[in-house]
Amino acid sequence: MPKLHIASIGIEKIIPRFEHLAVFVRLLSRSALGSPVTQYTSHFRGPRAGGEMHIVLVDNGRSERLGLEEFWTSLKCIRCGACMNTCPVYRRSGGLSYGATYSGPIGLIIDPTFNQRKYSNLPFASTLNGSCSNVCPVKINIHEQIYAWRRVLVERHETPLAKKAAMKATGELLSPAAYRAAIAAADVALAHLPRFVIYNGLNAWGRHREVPHPPKETFHSWYQANRGGKP
Amino acid sequence: MSSREDILASIRANLPRVDRPLPAVPLFDDSPPASLLAAFKDSLHSMGGLFLDPPASGDMLAPVREKIAGAKVVCSTVPEIAGNRDIAGVSATQDLADVDFAIVRGAFAVAETGSVLLSDADLHVNAVAYLAQHLIVLLDPADIVVNLHHAYRRPEFRGRHYASFHAGPSATADIEGVLIHGAQGVRSLSVLPLARAADSPAH
Repeated sequence: MPKLHIASIGIEKIIPRFEHLAVFVRLLSRSALGSPVTQYTSHFRGPRAGGEMHIVLVDNGRSERLGLEEFWTSLKCIRCGACMNTCPVYRRSGGLSYGATYSGPIGLIIDPTFNQRKYSNLPFASTLNGSCSNVCPVKINIHEQIYAWRRVLVERHETPLAKKAAMKATGELLSPAAYRAAIAAADVALAHLPRFVIYNGLNAWGRHREVPHPPKETFHSWYQANRGGKP
Repeated sequence: MSSREDILASIRANLPRVDRPLPAVPLFDDSPPASLLAAFKDSLHSMGGLFLDPPASGDMLAPVREKIAGAKVVCSTVPEIAGNRDIAGVSATQDLADVDFAIVRGAFAVAETGSVLLSDADLHVNAVAYLAQHLIVLLDPADIVVNLHHAYRRPEFRGRHYASFHAGPSATADIEGVLIHGAQGVRSLSVLPLARAADSPAH
């Protein structure tokens, strides 16, 4: 074991008083595993005999985030992971797919504060169902911040061209009838188009994976045929 | 300006304009369990730890002797029971790599979480609580506090350089949400209720 211990800590980890530590330690594992405490909870006040201990407090954009009225409460995060465990997107995709240090719903709102261009896609990887905000033990309004980040990124033109085109098309399809007609047409087209039309640079969904087989009919048309008119 | 002054100036400039006085945090001890020892035992079990019930014979250390009977290397840091690896002779942590059983004194325990606090003063070499295959902790039943709020008022947190709550054996649930015991640290943690010798102060 080296004699040197260097702890690198984000400035948002500092709490006002030692007596407040119990609040956070109690929150952590309850929200993570549902157990009363983590297996090990270590406290360091000084080095081992004959050793050295240094604490490096890291800002790296955190103090700047403190000044963002809509986003500063993301600094309250205690890294319990509750938002990830409840997130339908995270549960399907896993942490690596976010391509950033912080994944899951909290990553969607923290990562763009480090690099807006690099992580411009992340706030769009959400259904805005709000489950993350419901389970967050420190009451961060995560899904509202995800939505707010979308607006900020679009205003600052940090979204890629293909996404802009897709969003524009989606906006024009906001009438339910037009949307259903487009989906039906797309399902037919997907079943018959040659591969090069579907798997090319314009379709990010086909870049690393096979597109799922289109359904033979949409849920809406099935519902109309089988349950239509009934409550 | 130094980076320290840079950061402090930036925090001051960006501090949210909210008027929230520092809250007074209560101790949340309105309805304590009837028996702290029984509550601790339940919590310890739920965390995967073992509680060694004192035998009817009155020989309090019998369960410990039984556990270590077949062990090759036993490292004891307590006067109550002898091992065959002297912690005072350990100069490098890797000397503890082959320890089967470590026996240490817990500074105190927390009833609500099933944790025992192990500090540098009790461990002598901190790594002994992690490198041993199995850990046996002697705990004075008088040294149990009701919850973490009380725990952080204990003097160990003002006097010791290192102190760690251990709740059961090592465990992780990082992969696929499956709880695995003993992957990184001790494979089992047993707690024996045993009062401190009169001449060894609590802290």
